Amino acid sequence: MPGLATQIERYSLVIAIGGVPVRVNTTDPDFLEMLEKRYAGFVSAGEGAEFDFDVDLSPVASADQDSDMNVTHRSGRWLMERGDFRAEWTPATGTGRIHQSANPYSIDAVLRVVHTLVLARQGGFLLHSASAIRNGKAFLFAGVSGAGKTTISRLAPSDTTLLTDEISYVRQVDEQNDGYVAFGTPFTGELAKVGENTSAPVAALYLLAQGPENRIEPVAVADAGRELLSNMLFFAEDQEMVHRAFQAACDFVGRVPVYRLTFVPDARVWGLIG
Amino acid sequence: MNKKLYVARSPRIAARKLGEEMLVMSGQGSTLFTLNPTATILWQAADGATPLEEIVERRICSEFEVNPEEAMRDAEALAEDLAKHGILLISEQPIAEQSIATPTSPVQESR
Repeated sequence: MPGLATQIERYSLVIAIGGVPVRVNTTDPDFLEMLEKRYAGFVSAGEGAEFDFDVDLSPVASADQDSDMNVTHRSGRWLMERGDFRAEWTPATGTGRIHQSANPYSIDAVLRVVHTLVLARQGGFLLHSASAIRNGKAFLFAGVSGAGKTTISRLAPSDTTLLTDEISYVRQVDEQNDGYVAFGTPFTGELAKVGENTSAPVAALYLLAQGPENRIEPVAVADAGRELLSNMLFFAEDQEMVHRAFQAACDFVGRVPVYRLTFVPDARVWGLIG
Repeated sequence: MNKKLYVARSPRIAARKLGEEMLVMSGQGSTLFTLNPTATILWQAADGATPLEEIVERRICSEFEVNPEEAMRDAEALAEDLAKHGILLISEQPIAEQSIATPTSPVQESR
């Protein structure tokens, strides 16, 4: 008698951002191939993963990626919802499930949320900023859309390693020695260039402004804190997580130099960096 | 005779003094506030056990050289405003210690 159950082939890959491996499981080989291309450089060959997500591919009610994201915490489970996906994640078991259509943007949003939550527990954060390594040190360039993140990334000289032109990954690695490390991310902006999967200690945060001349000015610590908070990615309406993000921002500006970088959009600005 | 008022730092907010400014973030809605010098003194002194009148007399009048009645009126209005934003708790009874946020270490200007 033939078997009553049909075995469904399952395909997996591990996406490791900031050294945190997340396994994604799907039954669709084409979707897997799409992810391999999208996260090239961040796909790990290793079997080990801290978190495991099953992706259910099905048409969703809306494909609206611009609608607000809702992230809530209930009974040990994070629930994430936007027009184009629904997801849940249980940190204690390390497992989660994503319901979305076959597109790379929905899972990208889920990964951003998961990493903000993981980082918040480690004194770190995701930041709307470009970042790059020069002379072994990482520099962050924060600003809202149009402030110059893409421009400064595009102008980077050849001895610079671009970590991202859009979303920086910052983790506190050594509380005693004021240590923060920036990691490369595959989260791209207008440059549409995936960052290098590498890392370096953070030397400075620059708040970007475009102007008639190149100028670097120190920023008062309270202003630095306000601006850092306004550029941090945070999704969860959860008191503990909000408090952690706030304390992470305050700790960071107390330990890392923050400057306002006004620059003319040409390559000479990089003479001031590093 | 006026009733005594007690004020306490809400445990639902996170606060940190950065340089000379007190930044306060509400856990709900992620709203960031910057307290002015008077509000900062009031927030720091709001231990739930010291009556507002005493905080005004000892901390605000001495710092700003203002008339006690006027300072008390302003402090009541300020406390109500801070309470409206969820930053302070106000009660006519002393407020239990477990309901009060613990101040965290300030961040100095010299980085």
